[in-house]
Amino acid sequence: MKRRTLLAGSAAAALPFAPARAADRTKIVWWHAMTAALGDQITRIADEFNKSQDTVELQAVFKGGYADTMNAAIAAFRAGQAPHIVQVFEVGTGTMINAPGKVVKQVWELSKETGIPLEPKTYIGAVRGYYSLPDGRMASMPFNSSTAVMWYNKDAFKKAGLDPEKPPVTWPEVVKAAQAIKAANAAPIPMTTSWPTWIQLEQFSALHNLPFATKSNGFEGLDAELTFNSKHHVKHVQRLLDMAKDGTFKYSGRDNAPDAVLYAGDAGISFGSSAARGTLVKTAKFDFGAGYLPYDPEIIKTPMNSIIGGASLWTMTAPNRTPAEYKAVAQFLQFLAKPEGDALWSQNTGYVPVTFAGFELSQKQGFYDKNPGADLAVKQLARGTTTTNTKGLRLGNLSEIRNIIQEELEKALQGGQTAQAALDSAVTRGNKVLRTFQKTIKA
Amino acid sequence: MDRRTVFGGWRLPVLLVLPQLLLTSFFFYWPAGEAVWSSMTSQDAFGEGLTFVGWDNFAELLDDPLYLEAAVRTVVFCGAVSLLAMGLALALAVFADREVRGKHAYRTLLIWPYAVAPAMSAVLFLFVLDPRVGLLGRWLNQMGVDWDYHLNGNQALLMVVMASAWKQVSYNFIFFLAGMQSIPRAVTEAARMDGAKGWHRFRTITFPLLAPTTFFLLVVNLVYAAFDTFGTINALTHGGPGKDTETLVLKVFRDGVVNHDIGSSSAQSVILMVGVIAMTAVQFRFMGRRTES
Repeated sequence: MKRRTLLAGSAAAALPFAPARAADRTKIVWWHAMTAALGDQITRIADEFNKSQDTVELQAVFKGGYADTMNAAIAAFRAGQAPHIVQVFEVGTGTMINAPGKVVKQVWELSKETGIPLEPKTYIGAVRGYYSLPDGRMASMPFNSSTAVMWYNKDAFKKAGLDPEKPPVTWPEVVKAAQAIKAANAAPIPMTTSWPTWIQLEQFSALHNLPFATKSNGFEGLDAELTFNSKHHVKHVQRLLDMAKDGTFKYSGRDNAPDAVLYAGDAGISFGSSAARGTLVKTAKFDFGAGYLPYDPEIIKTPMNSIIGGASLWTMTAPNRTPAEYKAVAQFLQFLAKPEGDALWSQNTGYVPVTFAGFELSQKQGFYDKNPGADLAVKQLARGTTTTNTKGLRLGNLSEIRNIIQEELEKALQGGQTAQAALDSAVTRGNKVLRTFQKTIKA
Repeated sequence: MDRRTVFGGWRLPVLLVLPQLLLTSFFFYWPAGEAVWSSMTSQDAFGEGLTFVGWDNFAELLDDPLYLEAAVRTVVFCGAVSLLAMGLALALAVFADREVRGKHAYRTLLIWPYAVAPAMSAVLFLFVLDPRVGLLGRWLNQMGVDWDYHLNGNQALLMVVMASAWKQVSYNFIFFLAGMQSIPRAVTEAARMDGAKGWHRFRTITFPLLAPTTFFLLVVNLVYAAFDTFGTINALTHGGPGKDTETLVLKVFRDGVVNHDIGSSSAQSVILMVGVIAMTAVQFRFMGRRTES
């Protein structure tokens, strides 16, 4: 019953509210999930778009966190009131791309119908791949993308006798550094990680060119099976368990909860989103540095590209929506792809530029010279050639699979089970989620 | 001896009952009916592909060891919350029932927590119990107690039980206090004259006479612990670590809202609904019998 009221409530709130001015402009609504300073940037983008032309009026509406925004859009669709554009986080991609019938209009479809070119080639491979069909056609519009990096506390490094300008690059080096930090008592927490699943399993798989799931990580079929219980994955989780045991690794919660530890400077080494830079620059009371995600030299000699996180923009359909409205949406998406806007957005937020031109413009403007390390995320995303293991994940209900993995990891960290048992159990439970998803889609 | 008054005609009674019926149909029967219908379907998040699957969702649930574990966990959780919330409230009520200076201020203050929103109360508890930022949490760790509810399931459960019970103490307190004040003075005074001391008097006079209140509160507390603690638990632990604090309502939310499995989530709601209906029926029967006798 609670769910019903939630759905009804959000559906009622879903009625697009359009201001009365400029009656002849086509009005489109964009639901987003960006808070605080990021929300201000959205307002800026909407204003600039509205000023840049006089046929479309875009209204940006904040709908809560990522999950709330997606749920609101789903409820609104069910009520025939879906917004024109909705920002959906990367784990929702599987659900959106497999949406039946005419729920969404994918980018290639929108471009074909409206005749407005939206070129996939404009976008950085690792970004584009996550939101594309296996044949390269784009399904949703890349918008705010980040990847995971290693943040470290230079003050703690100095105190522990480590070179603050040379962060560890392999896992054995990370372990040694964490031990040195612990031995010197240089930070309350030697090492921690945000997004334990995204970083320690999903990114780990991409970096080492290991499949996270069969069927090219789910890109090529709903019948994909999870494969993150290989001996390499088990070895890595066992390493984390061993580090937790000797006090060099501290588990600080699910999803982004451990960010608080990073911002406070309590951690010597912490893994987190590259988009944490914005907050760190503004609030950190310690000297921080960024490094590439470490790799295990026993598995791979040169690590592959990392995968993205963040969100993309989906075009939704509703009964009575006119071709003019879709055209307006396409115009806005085209506007977003301009290098000036892309560069400014990434410089103001800490997200990576999603277009090549945006990255080059930032370089030309000297942003990366003034902010050393800010381009590390882009370099890590763009290095090497992407393989089927490094394009990202296309799994239904990935957020639930992440929850399951976190639950099993927590059980292992409590000493309740071994690394192998934790990953086996997460794979079994996760596969069940995938089968349920497959069943509902096929229905 | 029948003293009921019977009015002729049917229009007036129907008219009088109509507003209530409309409200109930709109806010209860309709959504409940939808939930029952959804519980027998399998559908994607957008409700486009919908197939009727009969009792499949229920069969799957009863076959799922994780669901049964959650059910057992919920029973333990509800029992612990009710016991703690009612025990504390009763103790406070006993003391507030005495002639003490400033008892009005004291009583008013005790009612305040009831007005705190669940998510807020969770934040308050985080400020106290978080192992790194909480006052008590930090102190415990400094004292060498390994307090970390992010990883210790028992500690997490203890914390959500305390946070949930804290919010309900006020409500119970009001009812216990009212119950005590409606016990005739003559009875307690007679006991006092017969030489019954404090604890003895409470055990043999006050507590038995409070039985109807206690029973009523027990049902209310169980329902509260089963349903209204969602906000507190979700804000404190999200059901973790592992599944150590995941109650049935949390699972309904997670499967329906996070996991978009509307069919299974609805089936779980229907099971919970049947549970509440059963509990209410028991309460009505029991309470009805008590007032008759």
